[in-house]
Amino acid sequence: MSLHATHRDAGPVTVVDISGRITLGEESALLRKTVRGLLDDQRTKIVLNLADVNYIDSAGIGELVSAYTAVKKSGGELKLLHLTKKVHDLIQITKLYTVFDVHSDENAALHSFQ
Amino acid sequence: MAPETKHLEITLETQVDSVNLAEEMCLRVAEAAGFGEDDCYRIGMSVREGVINAFHYGNQERPEKKIHLAIDLTSDKMIIHVLDEGIGFSLADVPDPLAQENLLSTSGRGIFLMRAFMDEFDVVPGRTGGAEIVMAKKLPLDEHSGPNGQGNRGAAPHQKA
Repeated sequence: MSLHATHRDAGPVTVVDISGRITLGEESALLRKTVRGLLDDQRTKIVLNLADVNYIDSAGIGELVSAYTAVKKSGGELKLLHLTKKVHDLIQITKLYTVFDVHSDENAALHSFQ
Repeated sequence: MAPETKHLEITLETQVDSVNLAEEMCLRVAEAAGFGEDDCYRIGMSVREGVINAFHYGNQERPEKKIHLAIDLTSDKMIIHVLDEGIGFSLADVPDPLAQENLLSTSGRGIFLMRAFMDEFDVVPGRTGGAEIVMAKKLPLDEHSGPNGQGNRGAAPHQKA
């Protein structure tokens, strides 16, 4: 397993600190399990901190989109924080910048929730 | 004198671990051929996507089917073939992942990424009846050639004597 995820609460918002690679297999599954677990606990305002994620493949991108959709269906919001250059470029070329709310400052991300 | 082509091939099981194995193998070849970090990233990602495509769409995750990976290193490019044992597909039938209606799709970006990251990309009917992805990256110009012009790429192709 080359992905680790821990989460911490910042008021009504939960920040998930992720490190490693979000790829096909156990890594994508861990991200799914983490987000679904938060939704089960009624934590629907979520920031994925990707500062230590330097690699995402198409399965990982699909998992991010799946998480976004699941959170939205639960009436919440999912935002991305601290994209590394490679992840930023991927989000850019796949046009997902038009989907995700992306932040480079954690305080700004926390205060952007309605 | 005909230019030498180095050829390497491996048959992979239809399982998730094959994706990492294929990526690692191609990365070693790419690094030895002199590709820089960014190109290695693009090549590694493209190989991942090719094998994911074969694993999931081509072989339908059926363990009795195989994935055939081949690498050709010619005098000017690295060519990668990923062949599955499925029923094949046409690129024309692949939805555009950048279309507004597909942006929230959780799959379907692999072909797009391979096209974006490689210099050449095509899908042809394979000898197994499945799809064969053929993609290539031009070798970098060697900026560190010595006075004899031999350069320093350990696995760079040489002219046959």
